[in-house]
Amino acid sequence: MSVKKYISDVFGAIKSLATGMKRTMYYFTHHKEIITQQYPDNRNTLELPDRFKGEVVMPHDENNEHRCTGCQACELACPNGTIKVIFKNELTPEGKKKKAIDKLVYHLELCTMCNLCVEACPSDAIKMAQTFEHSVFDRSKLTKVLNHPGSKIMEGVE
Amino acid sequence: MPSFYEIADQLHSWLNANFNPTWVLIIEMVLAGVAVIGLFAVLGLVLVIMERKVSAWMQIRLGPNRVGPKGMLQSLADTVKLIVKEGMTPSGADKFLFNLAPYIAMIVAMLLLAPIAFAGNFQLWDINVGVLYVSAISSLSVISVLMAGWASNNKYSLLGAMRSGAQIVSYELTAGLSVLAIVVLAGDLKISAIIASQSDGWWIFKGHIPVIIAFVTFIIAVTAETNRAPFDLAEAESELTAGFHTEYSGMKFALFFLAEYVNVFIVCALGATLFLGGPMPLHIGNWEGFNHAMDYVPSSLWFFGKTFFLIFLIMWFRWTFPRLRIDQLLNLEWKYLLPISMINLLIVTAMAILKWHF
Repeated sequence: MSVKKYISDVFGAIKSLATGMKRTMYYFTHHKEIITQQYPDNRNTLELPDRFKGEVVMPHDENNEHRCTGCQACELACPNGTIKVIFKNELTPEGKKKKAIDKLVYHLELCTMCNLCVEACPSDAIKMAQTFEHSVFDRSKLTKVLNHPGSKIMEGVE
Repeated sequence: MPSFYEIADQLHSWLNANFNPTWVLIIEMVLAGVAVIGLFAVLGLVLVIMERKVSAWMQIRLGPNRVGPKGMLQSLADTVKLIVKEGMTPSGADKFLFNLAPYIAMIVAMLLLAPIAFAGNFQLWDINVGVLYVSAISSLSVISVLMAGWASNNKYSLLGAMRSGAQIVSYELTAGLSVLAIVVLAGDLKISAIIASQSDGWWIFKGHIPVIIAFVTFIIAVTAETNRAPFDLAEAESELTAGFHTEYSGMKFALFFLAEYVNVFIVCALGATLFLGGPMPLHIGNWEGFNHAMDYVPSSLWFFGKTFFLIFLIMWFRWTFPRLRIDQLLNLEWKYLLPISMINLLIVTAMAILKWHF
């Protein structure tokens, strides 16, 4: 080890340690940076980060229409069989048979919130919601059907 | 407001007027013991809550905020919890050593308090080798750690204790050499003489860069000696669960915990005394008005202010830096700190002989 390297090591160490200490001092003096949410107290004003993943939901518009084509990409992407797509055949106005979803069954009790289904979906039909108060008294209540009753696919989504 | 020195002096003369000298000695010893234990209890409570708040704010958290106003009574509640808990001794442990170890840790911390000057002329024991005494006694604390680790009959405890042994033995050297720099400048080992030598300016200002280097090496070495992060290999909760006090519970654990904080206080008090002038107020050159205004601040306030500043510095280290590996730890000591502090001591000695300091 040369003397030059020795000295530059010492000064480099001091510089990098000072950088770390500057950061913690910034946090120490700037209490607005605190990210702790005092949850039950601020339940009404709770602000969750954008990427918080609570459960999978399927957004519907005001005409009770969703964007799910029933392609099963989410079912295939799910690592632990949380999503099951159940089909039915619909008749189009021209009289042709068309495959559509009957139920998109979502097992919340199995879900690990890994977000792979949302990333796999080609038509942005499902997304992650920010709800997280999921406790119920009966396990069967955790098995949810994501499409609303009587809903159908939106025009123009293939 | 009467100073601590005046209160102690009046008490001493009142006792001398009413009792014979033997009883005066005994009563004063008991009073000093009670004062020291009281100080320990208060220090434990204050430093634990301070550490928890400092750590929380540095990690962008809130910290304890439920017990008492802004969570300030949290450490009191924790103490009550620890007192009522069972102090279990594992069946495979060496019972005598296992139960003795926490008390050794406490006794060492108490002994270290003797030569510390808490205010002007307010000392338990102004021994003429004060600095030597402190560095000698502080190295005894490793005995309690080794004792606890060995007697627990537990792999984690033993590993933690062995690491602590290697660490304290090596960092003693740097701490000693950094302290020697001030002893060379002040020309005395007596704590009161070292404080008196700083009446016209603290050594960290009077001693130029070499004393600042000595101060930095001293802070690093005492952080390692008190087994605190980034040198907390003896505890290392992520690898050794709790290191040497894995098997301890209840009040025996609390004594180790308290001894750690008291040791931090003592080394910071020593650092404040040696480098920052202890109870001496801040004086700048010939600014008569400023110096006069500073004299009005009580000396005890100066002492505790400086000590708590250093304690905050050590906490700041703890919550910023990651833990060192054992080989990195020993590298830092033997390859960097020891050579630097030896050369630094040489420069300080030359400075003291040639009277280059102010």
